[in-house]
Amino acid sequence: MKIKITTKELTSDFAKEVEERSGIDVKKCYQCGKCTAGCPVAYEMDYMPNQIIRFVQLGLKREALTSRTIWLCASCITCTTRCPKEVKIAELMDVLREMSLEEGLANPLEKNVITFHQSFLNSVKKHGRISELWMLNEYKMKRPKTALQDLIVGPQMLSKGKLSFLPHDIKGRDAVKRIFEKCK
Amino acid sequence: MQIEEKTRIGYYPGCAITMGSSSEEYGTSVLRVSEAIGPELEEIHDWNCCGASSAHATNHKLSTALSVRNISLAEKYGFKEILAPCPMCSQRLIISQKDVADDEKLKKDVEDAIEMPCNGDVKILNYLELIKNYCMDEIAEKKKKTPKDLKIASYYGCLLVRPPKVLNFDDPENPKSMDEIVEAIGAIPVDWEFKTNCCGGGFTLSRTDVVLKLTNDILECAVDAGADAIAVACPMCHANLDMRQKKIAKEYNRKFNIPIVYISELIGLALDLGPISLGMNKHFIDTESVVNAFA
Repeated sequence: MKIKITTKELTSDFAKEVEERSGIDVKKCYQCGKCTAGCPVAYEMDYMPNQIIRFVQLGLKREALTSRTIWLCASCITCTTRCPKEVKIAELMDVLREMSLEEGLANPLEKNVITFHQSFLNSVKKHGRISELWMLNEYKMKRPKTALQDLIVGPQMLSKGKLSFLPHDIKGRDAVKRIFEKCK
Repeated sequence: MQIEEKTRIGYYPGCAITMGSSSEEYGTSVLRVSEAIGPELEEIHDWNCCGASSAHATNHKLSTALSVRNISLAEKYGFKEILAPCPMCSQRLIISQKDVADDEKLKKDVEDAIEMPCNGDVKILNYLELIKNYCMDEIAEKKKKTPKDLKIASYYGCLLVRPPKVLNFDDPENPKSMDEIVEAIGAIPVDWEFKTNCCGGGFTLSRTDVVLKLTNDILECAVDAGADAIAVACPMCHANLDMRQKKIAKEYNRKFNIPIVYISELIGLALDLGPISLGMNKHFIDTESVVNAFA
């Protein structure tokens, strides 16, 4: 891996911004790699979890926020649990994902993951709860290439009554909509 | 004469385990067991989705507010404890409760968004905690059936035990609480290594390949350890392990056919509640071998 580091990055506010937003002191990380060793999805990542922390330490904003890694983190929190320096790595990934979306830097190769999150939240915003069938429908319409993936499971779920055509609406739908408005 | 006050626990089912959802049998069996041995569960009126991974992965404030609205509702109705059987929900609720307690500004923003105060004095229980705190004596007393030679691998997944500093529940590397419940109903807990390995959780639709690899590893470890079935207490773990076995067979050329049962279903079978009333006909992998062990 070859990455060019300039003084512009080293003196940037990226590390500080991440620290302020997450409350996590990334400087504590001494790159032992224990997070990476225990990460169940490391095998699919473009950069290892400890490398992402290194990017933050060095101010390499673009590398961190455009990585596929931040979207492949399954939030299993094994890394945070085992970190000898108590760096909350999984929680750091949350903040990096948020910043990546805000800056429009999310990696297009992980569009499925991002679209799933959006479809999920749209359902909550609309109904107050998840209506799985309608969430699935929105996701599959937006990511048509995945449409054929669940041809065995989907119909079986329907026949077992595990997917309902009726949306799960709550009375406080407007209150939930206002939560979305105020938390933009 | 003083009348002993009944334990009243707020019930937060969450989206995945309510009727007409992907894991409704978990909710069904939790309620059947509670009717049989208590404690009484009372649904929190008009609860909303906690936002699950999709909210905390993309918007921390939104995730916190969605979760805290439910805690505030529980406070409003006078509950001291609430049960969230889905670990995604219980983990999100507990983390959000701590986040607002630690951050005055976040608390103010969240209270403003949910238009309710949040005092933070409600205790959130996961299902294993509820059973351990309230039901172990009842199980011993009211148990009607003991399974014959039923070896169970207890699978905890991620969210019941991690992050340990916030959840303070069981050992994050080698938890025992589910194994103790398995033992209490007379089944044999299997010692195995994948108790807390991740199943891929919410990637089931967006990165199915990742889920297939991780679940294949988990199923393999349980089968090699001699388990007849895997016990779970999480709807996502259940969905991934139960529904994906056919696809794993195709992808990894290994046929498993191992039943994945909720711990609440096992307790229900021991109480002789009947497999259909527990929702065990809703599984993808047939659970007959587990049911028959209780004959």
